[in-house]
Amino acid sequence: MSLMKTMLTTSALAVSLSFAGAALAQDYQPDPNAKPGGNIIITYKDDVATLDPAIGYDWQNWSMIKSLFDGLMDYVPGTTELRPGLADSYDVSDDGMTFIFHLRPGVTFHNGREMTAEDVKYSLDRVTNPVTQSPGAGFFASIMGYDAMADGSASELSGVEVVDPATVKITLSRRDATFLHVMALNFASIVPKEAVEEWGTDFGKHPVGTGAYKLANWTIGQQLVFAKNTEYWRAGVPYLDQITFEVGQEPIVALLRLQKGEVDVPGDGIPPAKFEEVMSNPAEKARVVEGGQLQTGYITLNVKTPPFDNLKVREAVNMAINKQRITQMINGRAIPANQPLPPTMPGYSKDYKGYAFDADAAKALLAEAGFADGFSTELYVMNTDPNPRIAQAIQQDLKAIGVSADIKSLAQANVIEAGGAGKAPMIWSGGMAWIADFPDPSNFYGPILGCAGAGEGGWNWSKFCDPEIDAEATKADSYTDPANPERLAMWSDVYEKVMEQAPWVPVFNEQRYTMKSERMGGDDSLYVDPVSIPVNYDYVYVTK
Amino acid sequence: MLAYLARRLIQAALILLGVSFITFFLLYVLPADPVRQIAGRSATAQTVENIRHQLGLDQPFVVQYWRYLVGLVQGDMGRSYLQKTDVATLIMARLPATLLLMLGAIVAELVIGLTLGIIAAIRRGGALDQTLMITSFVAVSAPQFVVGLLLLYVFAVKLSWFPIGGYGSFSNLVLPALTLGIMGSGWYSRMMRSSMIDVLRSDYIRTARAKGLRRSRVLVLHAMPNAILPIIAMIGIDIGIFMSGIVVVESVFGWPGIGQLAWQAIQRVDIPIIMGVTLVSACAIVLGNLIADMITPFIDPRIKLR
Repeated sequence: MSLMKTMLTTSALAVSLSFAGAALAQDYQPDPNAKPGGNIIITYKDDVATLDPAIGYDWQNWSMIKSLFDGLMDYVPGTTELRPGLADSYDVSDDGMTFIFHLRPGVTFHNGREMTAEDVKYSLDRVTNPVTQSPGAGFFASIMGYDAMADGSASELSGVEVVDPATVKITLSRRDATFLHVMALNFASIVPKEAVEEWGTDFGKHPVGTGAYKLANWTIGQQLVFAKNTEYWRAGVPYLDQITFEVGQEPIVALLRLQKGEVDVPGDGIPPAKFEEVMSNPAEKARVVEGGQLQTGYITLNVKTPPFDNLKVREAVNMAINKQRITQMINGRAIPANQPLPPTMPGYSKDYKGYAFDADAAKALLAEAGFADGFSTELYVMNTDPNPRIAQAIQQDLKAIGVSADIKSLAQANVIEAGGAGKAPMIWSGGMAWIADFPDPSNFYGPILGCAGAGEGGWNWSKFCDPEIDAEATKADSYTDPANPERLAMWSDVYEKVMEQAPWVPVFNEQRYTMKSERMGGDDSLYVDPVSIPVNYDYVYVTK
Repeated sequence: MLAYLARRLIQAALILLGVSFITFFLLYVLPADPVRQIAGRSATAQTVENIRHQLGLDQPFVVQYWRYLVGLVQGDMGRSYLQKTDVATLIMARLPATLLLMLGAIVAELVIGLTLGIIAAIRRGGALDQTLMITSFVAVSAPQFVVGLLLLYVFAVKLSWFPIGGYGSFSNLVLPALTLGIMGSGWYSRMMRSSMIDVLRSDYIRTARAKGLRRSRVLVLHAMPNAILPIIAMIGIDIGIFMSGIVVVESVFGWPGIGQLAWQAIQRVDIPIIMGVTLVSACAIVLGNLIADMITPFIDPRIKLR
């Protein structure tokens, strides 16, 4: 977050601060070897549901939308560092409540019209309007007037004002350290009103943005073709002329096709059953890029359901799980975790030790809690490999301390339902584990560990709600600079306090492995981009 | 004949109504909330309730079902919850691929099944006959995803005779059509064998042989047409069997048909798509059976439709 640090050091002197885009844009050195041209093929198993940035929230459409649209803010490719996007620069008021964005001049939509401040206002009004049914609407809750939008009593956000065609002023109702990250989310992409109105609910099949690529062709259920936006406002990119996304391809089939040179990147990664085989072949291993991801796999313990309402029982379960063995079961594609945050996330507590694996101590704790003979419970799990296998390992570990867990292996939607309704005593999160929406520690709290998500249907499956911790989290988010060390220390403290209550067993942080064809060029970090998953399409290129 | 057809069509409509009711009811009681799938993991309770209300999912079952039926009668199958697109558009975009795959499978099962059946009938009781019948037994019992992956591995990956999945050309069609048709070919080879044996025993064949016709001529021109007729009527029924197979076969081969659409919709509880695909499949099965019944009198004049 170097950008924000620069901002704060200067803020001591200035009443309000302003940065020219030129001063901020020292972000990414274009690859000197990059050659323009070429057409690559990416595969996915599942169909692309929509390319509407207000609605798309899937594995496969997230990075596609990133390449078709832009928001006011963006990230330096391959990193979690913010950089300006459609905003050339911005000013923040001293109290951190008002942001003035100066738009980049001369940016045009794919339909040729110039983007203005009206479009910014329209886009933010649209995504927060309940009629749009955006899964991301809640991210904008700190903008003034959000509540009136959410309950349907207003049709415009009162906090978003068009100052002039090149300037937008956004007023918040509370300080929000994550606001600039929110402005970089897909949900905050700028869309042209006339195109949205022309297509109505079908806008998701006829997207028009300002992004590096435009949608050239979409054969439903078969393929999408993206063509280079030759008018793109960032000079020199994208490199590729065309990207073809073929959908409906099983990961195993995609891998076979990659090996025959028919595919450039299998979007769903290397299938678990083939991982060892690929990694034991030096030529293939050389084409695999490994990186961290902002993800944690965990077991939730429902603190409202006996016997997990007893802290000692939760601690005992935390000590009983052999995380090392579970990571081995998935071919070492993860590292054991001891806290909710993944290690690459700012605010991760490096010195925190967590609960060490110790079955005897766990048994002793259980006895102390009055369960010397153990108890019976249920472990919910999503029914796709490797999750049932992991559940069996958890079951065996629990057996060793006398707890007998009945595995409920169900479809994803059913596990989510049981978790939200509070009916599941234990859930292994695999397949539904939390992946950060944006690289900030707050994103691992509210919906999954805070009181906000603990209600009926919420994603906080432990139903854990501690008002004191909630208050500290709110305080941490009222800083203006997300990277303020004090703020990050507060977040570390929040998660350590959560772990004292042990509503989760953090199990592992999955690593990401992207396989690519021989001709794919560009820095490795572009293939494990923490934001554009799986690949940052705007900056990769082909060598032949 | 016309009265019979009218009666059958009314029956078909009732069957479809029943199917729609049962499916809608099962989706209603399913312990999975479609609104959660739409609202996403970060949604507030207010957002969730808002969406539930907009989609009318806060209404009682009877009201929801009635609204669906009213739409259906007007040709409106609803909009996908997640794709926001017309269900009819999504199904029509994928239906041609499924129909092509089924046609390919019918050709595959007839060619393989009839050929094997005839050979087995001629060599009745011999080692070849026994081998073929065991093979047909395996073909009938083999799970389609195993057959599909096996064919894919041998003929596409190892031998490179066919592309690995995909859609668009004849060579893309061969392996999925074989996979889908192989089960039927097992049935057909058995039926063709017994049908052929029956015909070969009949008097007119003996007469034909007795008047000095060559054995091959008797087989091809006299025996086969009569032996095949009862089998043709079975094709209509196959459509129902295929409908259950396309979900697996389309997934394995990346074939862009309605089976894949259904599978993805089931995982995300996209009720309008699940309903749409179920009804289209039910229509196909009902029509397939009806056509099979309508053809029978033309094949065997002794049968009268009443």
